[in-house]
Amino acid sequence: MDGLNTYRAGPDEHGHFGIYGGRYVAETLMPLVLEVEAAYRQAKADPTFQAEIDRYFTHYVGRPSPLYFAERLSRHLAGARLYFKREDLNHTGAHKINNCIGQALLACRMGKKRLIAETGAGQHGVATATVAALFGIPCTVYMGAVDIARQAPNVFRMKMLGAEVRPVSAGSATLKDAMNEALRDWVANVDSTYYLIGSVAGPHPYPLMVRDFQSIIGREVRAQLQAMEGRGPGTMVACVGGGSNAIGLFHEFLDDRDVRLIGVEAAGEGLNTERHAATLNRGRPGVLHGSRSYLLQDKAGQIIDAHSISAGLDYPGVGPEHSWLKDSGRVEYVAVTDNDALAAFRMCTRLEGIIPALESSHALAHAARIAGGLPKDHLLVLCLSGRGDKDLDTVGHIDGVTP
Amino acid sequence: MTATSRIATRFAALRRERRRGLVAFVTAGDPDPQASLAIVKGLPAAGADVIELGMPFSDPMADGPAIQASSLRAIRSGATLASTLALVATFRETDATTPIVLMGYYNPIYGYGVEAFVRDAAKAGADGLIIVDLPPEESEELRGPAANVGIDLIVLVAPTTGPARLPWVLKKASGFVYYVAVTGITGTKSAAAADVGRAVETLRRETKLPIAVGFGIRTAAQAEAVASHADAAVVGSALVGKIAENLDAAGKATPGVVPAVLGLVRELADGASRAKVA
Repeated sequence: MDGLNTYRAGPDEHGHFGIYGGRYVAETLMPLVLEVEAAYRQAKADPTFQAEIDRYFTHYVGRPSPLYFAERLSRHLAGARLYFKREDLNHTGAHKINNCIGQALLACRMGKKRLIAETGAGQHGVATATVAALFGIPCTVYMGAVDIARQAPNVFRMKMLGAEVRPVSAGSATLKDAMNEALRDWVANVDSTYYLIGSVAGPHPYPLMVRDFQSIIGREVRAQLQAMEGRGPGTMVACVGGGSNAIGLFHEFLDDRDVRLIGVEAAGEGLNTERHAATLNRGRPGVLHGSRSYLLQDKAGQIIDAHSISAGLDYPGVGPEHSWLKDSGRVEYVAVTDNDALAAFRMCTRLEGIIPALESSHALAHAARIAGGLPKDHLLVLCLSGRGDKDLDTVGHIDGVTP
Repeated sequence: MTATSRIATRFAALRRERRRGLVAFVTAGDPDPQASLAIVKGLPAAGADVIELGMPFSDPMADGPAIQASSLRAIRSGATLASTLALVATFRETDATTPIVLMGYYNPIYGYGVEAFVRDAAKAGADGLIIVDLPPEESEELRGPAANVGIDLIVLVAPTTGPARLPWVLKKASGFVYYVAVTGITGTKSAAAADVGRAVETLRRETKLPIAVGFGIRTAAQAEAVASHADAAVVGSALVGKIAENLDAAGKATPGVVPAVLGLVRELADGASRAKVA
């Protein structure tokens, strides 16, 4: 045993999970980050804030999202009973909306007049554009030029919803660069603007706040599985880019020591190539985008461009709580290649009639890898974090499928 | 360690001479190691009172397009933290008095190892550090080791630093205080001189340390206006922009790059020194 009483106590009051987390931002932003923290602390203690979130969760997002027993896939894999937590069925098609509802309500409480966000796959951008429309706040989304090209449907949706999408061509023109630009925008528009970060990354309080809004996922799973099976899960699997759906699923179960928790990173073209996004598997601790966490970096401390077929996992950093959970050994972090994720995408589509996001397909691929070795009554829960409509072009191009 | 640092000595001299100074920023290794060394070596004679030397980083989040591009040019030409310190050491062979402040982001330093970095930086002859993404809340792990080897960790104060926070931030200050004149990234907006004046006045009530003001200063007239309120004006984006203007189509330095940058430094230094000292 590891001597820890609980894995659910973090972060401390300065936003640290062990050596990870913190608030590594320029002085110009520091007072704002403290303002967000104070506002969130106040909101969290206010029952009307939580009630408002719950109301939107139920009537707007469509929560609780179903917990679905994937019977055909379970039979096919000939092992554990595989359950999908259907975050893909949320309004806007992914778990990202959970966080956006919470943060947009906070931005309204703070009297902010403008939202900005970064996005990779565009799911967070769409969710932010959606809440911006819902609450009547102008919104600017930063998105890497490479991601704009490969996630065109989501760019359309954001524009339809009234958001301004600003392409970022610096660096690798993906999520990391979009986050740099969003931070630059924030520092230039401090009075009016609320930065709605989409993952459990960034300076404190964002990793805490985003986790709080996403941990509804795990709480629902506990209740749903209890109702369906009369017991808790054996193993839980979720993909990890920044890591918000994974923390959302895991947090409820961190102290259930008999539940095995597995985060799945993107191995891109392979962990032994230079083209992957497996930050926890291949990175080392560093400081980027406001927090200390594992990072993909070279010997000189320059950030390395990540690679994944999935835009939402294509990020050289990871949320600080995941770094801490890795070091503490509570969560295992594995990696799945582009090709294995594609195979899982096809398998799920054909066997279950569910087209998963390429991000979620990484988790699926690992679940498929381990399911056959588990007992028939083992409950394996997978977070199906988003739907794959946005990825049809990417997969269709590879598979030679045309409309 | 010397009892009085180069930074303190230089600002004391400025005050004695009743003159306002220029802090000149360039990125180490931009556009290539040779041209960069020639620029840095030429800065004191061109009128720079303090050299702010950028440590290139792939993701300079608080910097505008000019310094981003400068950082990238330096990285592409092979610059690392080690080569930056080597540049400082070479500079020190012929200049024992001009203060050098290293400016950058925390990740390369953290990767190098904090203790090793401050030791090597002191040995090379660096005098101060400005680490943009290390606010006072996170800076203790660097401040102590830096102080132990006689290196000042320069604090930044911004227009957003409110009255409740300011005294606490200044309590951590040493060397000089860097006032960020605008809320924004480097090389974009410029502040109104009157706003700078009011802000510096507030700072003066809280600290005896010299105050340098930067962000958005591009011309000799702006340097003069800002310096009239502070001990020194900081110019960066305009200088690295001058480097960018003097590259060939392949991005290589032209023979004009060193004189062009130093010529602009001369203008700006003259501007700053024209500032009236009350």
